[in-house]
Parts: sequence; C-alpha cells; structure tokens
Amino acid sequence: MSAGATIRREAVPIVFGVACLLALVALIEVLIRMGWINPFIVPKPTDIVMSFERIIMEENILPRFFLTCGEALMASLMLSVAGISIGVLLHRSRIVRLATETWVAAVASAPLVLMYPLFLVIFGRSAWTIIMIAFVSALPPVILKTLEGLSGTRPVLINVGRSFKLTPSQLYWKILFPSALPTIFVGVRLGMIFALINIVGVEFLINFGGLGQLVNELAERYDLPGTYAAICFVILVSVLFFIGTERIERWLRPGT
Amino acid sequence: MPAADPILVVENIVKRFETQDGVLTAVDDVSFNVVPGEFLSVIGPSGCGKSTLFNVIGGLMGGYDGRVTVGGETIRGPHASIGMIFQEESTFPWRTVIDNVAFPLEIAGMGKAERIERGRHFIDLVGLNGFERRYPAELSGGMRQRVSMARTLASEPKILLMDEPFAALDEQTRLLLGDKVLQIQQDLKQTTLLITHNLTEAVQLSDRILVMTYRPGKLKRLVEIKLPRPRTSEIVSSDDFGRYVAQIWSDLREEATKGLKDDEARRGGEKSS
Repeated sequence: MSAGATIRREAVPIVFGVACLLALVALIEVLIRMGWINPFIVPKPTDIVMSFERIIMEENILPRFFLTCGEALMASLMLSVAGISIGVLLHRSRIVRLATETWVAAVASAPLVLMYPLFLVIFGRSAWTIIMIAFVSALPPVILKTLEGLSGTRPVLINVGRSFKLTPSQLYWKILFPSALPTIFVGVRLGMIFALINIVGVEFLINFGGLGQLVNELAERYDLPGTYAAICFVILVSVLFFIGTERIERWLRPGT
Repeated sequence: MPAADPILVVENIVKRFETQDGVLTAVDDVSFNVVPGEFLSVIGPSGCGKSTLFNVIGGLMGGYDGRVTVGGETIRGPHASIGMIFQEESTFPWRTVIDNVAFPLEIAGMGKAERIERGRHFIDLVGLNGFERRYPAELSGGMRQRVSMARTLASEPKILLMDEPFAALDEQTRLLLGDKVLQIQQDLKQTTLLITHNLTEAVQLSDRILVMTYRPGKLKRLVEIKLPRPRTSEIVSSDDFGRYVAQIWSDLREEATKGLKDDEARRGGEKSS
C-alpha cells in the first residue's frame, strides 16, 4: 500500500469523527434556536465558543488546566504502578487472588468519593487529597484487568516458552506480560476515566484546585456558557491522556 | 530405515487422567524408537491420545508411567534437543518475523547482530525472505506457521516434534507446506516426529508411520513407507502413494468408526441427561 493510501486510510476516520461532532453541535444549536431545548439549561454552542476567550483571559483557566492535568498524571502514574503490581501479585499467588478478587471487584463499584472528609483530615485541603481519592477509586479496574490479561495468555504461548526452557522470570517478562499488555491498557484507560471523574468531582466538592473548582464557581455564578467551556477543557484533559496512553501502548506492544 | 542407534526412545508410556466418569487411559503402553535423520509419523483418529503423547515426549506433561530418552538421557521436562511446533498458531504477535525467529537465540544470550543474521538464515530456509519486519497479524495462517517452524529450527534441535502443524490450513497450503517441510528435513537431515490425523500428509512426509488405536491409544501397526526420496507433493498422484493411503486407511477406518460412535453416544447421553 502506498504512503498516500495509508495516510488517507488513517485520516478518513478522524475526518469522519470531527464531521459527526460538528454535525451534532450544529443540530444542538438549531434545536436551541428553534426553542426545542431550553437555553437556560443548555447554552447555545456558539455562546460556549464565544466564552472561551473570556474564561482564558479572565478566569485564569490555563494554570487550572495544568493543575488538573498534573493531578491526573500523578494519579495515573500511581495507579498504573500500584494497580499493575497488585494485579501481578494476585496472578502469582492463587490463594491471595481467591481471598481478595471479589473484594477488589466490590470496591470498584463503591462510591469512595463520598469518603472525601476522611481524606481531607489525612491530607489536608491540598492537591494530595484529590490525587489520593482519584488513586484509590481508580485502582480496582487496573488490578482486575491486569489479572484478566495475565490469566488470559494463550496456553500455547506459555508452552512455546516452556519448550525453549525459559526461566519463570523470562516466561513472565518475555511472554505473559507482553501478551497481557492490551488488556492491561484497557484497565489503565478505565482507571484514568475513574481518576479524572474523581479529580474534577473532588475539586468541585472541596472548592480547591483546577478545572473542577472553576466549573463550581462558574455554575454558582450561573455562567452557563462559561461552565460548559470549562467542561470542554476537562474533556481535553481526557482526550490528551487517551492519546498519550495509546502512544505508549503502541510503543510497548507493537504489531496490534 | 537402517538400524542405527535410536536418538529418541519411547518406552511403555502409559498416561491416565482422572475424569468425572472415572479414570481414562489416554495412552496405553506405547513404545517406539526414532533413528537420526528419520521422519516418523504417529497417526490416529481424534481422541486417541496423540496430543497427550506429543506433550509427554516434549516434556510438557508429567505424571505418566514409562520412559522417554533422548540420546540415552531420560527427559524430565522440556529438553534442549527437542524443538516443538504446535498445532495452534503460536507466533508472538508483538514481535516482528525476525524477532520471533530469533527468540530462542535471544534466550540463549546471543548478541543482537549475530542472532539477526542467524534468524535471516532460517527465514530464508522457510521461504519468508522479505517479510522480516512484518508482524504476524500481517501474514497468512500458512506464513505464520512457517514463522513458528523457523523459530523452532533456529534453536537447532536434534529432534523436531510437530503436533498437526498444518491442521488449521486448507488442503492446498497444507500440501505446499508439506513440500517445504520435506525440503528442510532433507536439507538438514532433521530427525522429525510428526503427530497427525491426516493420512495424505503422513504418507507424503514419512519414512515410517505408526498407526494408533482409538481410546485407549495403543500402537496398532507400523508401516514403512518405501516411496523414493527426495519427494515433493507430486508424489500424491502416484499409484504407490494411493496404495499406502488405502492400506493405512483400512487400519484407521475401524478406529475412526469407534471414535465416531463413541462421540455420538456421548453427545446422545448429554442430550438425554
């Protein structure tokens, strides 16, 4: 396949995705202008676009954006290291896995964000409270997906390793881990979603820090276009993290 | 084959499994020898314990009675002299063709430049030059199986042990890959043990064929294939080839029928329960 054809093949889904988004935004604009959607609940997309300049210039959004990015990055790094390590430990120790797997799955659905007063007492009104709540809330999917990925390694690949007389450590790092990486990355992405939701939510609740606090302030002022514009920046954080993990995954696990 | 000293000796192998219906004897008192440079096939109907035998000889399965020796040494696990090619697709999808093939050399601690050079030799041997930088996802099933073969050959085993390596491929690809195996086996004088249920494949490739009974898997007959070498897939159209296929099928037919009836009875039992 020629380079031009490859570029076209990769560009078409992106162009189609952007076109769908623009069409949806245009549809919402039309529905609001026709009075089918209440503009006091959903502001017009054009008003949201117009408010970008205001919230960038007047609301100091860039430092807030980078603060939320930093919190999300720290929480993601912590949950990747801890979640993958715990997942590996559970995979290696059958008895620990049987004893704890159900509990880990149960914690995944627990609303840990409601424990924020406890975290405030431990870490104070600081970024660490936000990071730690995000970390704890987002840990279960990373653990469970790491475990699923390692357990799901095709037996024939393990047998290939055994036939070449790999040591247990070589078997783990040369076969099990690379084989499990796509599933582990699904867990990391899920964890990042959980982490970002919790970060923005706790910033909103304790009125501290980055974009969540700004969303809170703008909502209290009933500045709906500004609120939605700030939410767009939250989505931007999520998109950047997704692109980042996708790049890291391709680098670590080529050929997929 | 000449009566040379055997390189592989399989002695009185018995392997039983505990099942819900009691103890199942999968392999029952199987013994045979393989001499250096020989191509031996073990053929039998589905469920006759062929794959169990493959795992026992490859050192992947323990808990059996009897003994397997390679060059006089009793095996108690995977042995460096035995290279295994599996029935299922077994390339590493995250490695390129060259990195897949060079995998055993990497494990052996060979330097990168040297292992790439050695890897290229084996890629050339299986006819995949030009595909070194491709990933398995970009290759066909037959090409992937050739990558697995090159990877195993790169470890330079004394005995090549293959478990129905072409089972998932269509008949034409299977015949052409058979040619490739024959060519490699003849060039390298590679001792090869093939486990298969495919009659034409066994006759096309082998010096001797061991026919197994259906459950419990015992050796029923040993057939010596006196077709001329070097061979290619063109041999399948010869009269002698047809006679060998007919002779082995007459042995196998009875066993395959037992297997079919057993399978139907089991399915009927499942349905009624």
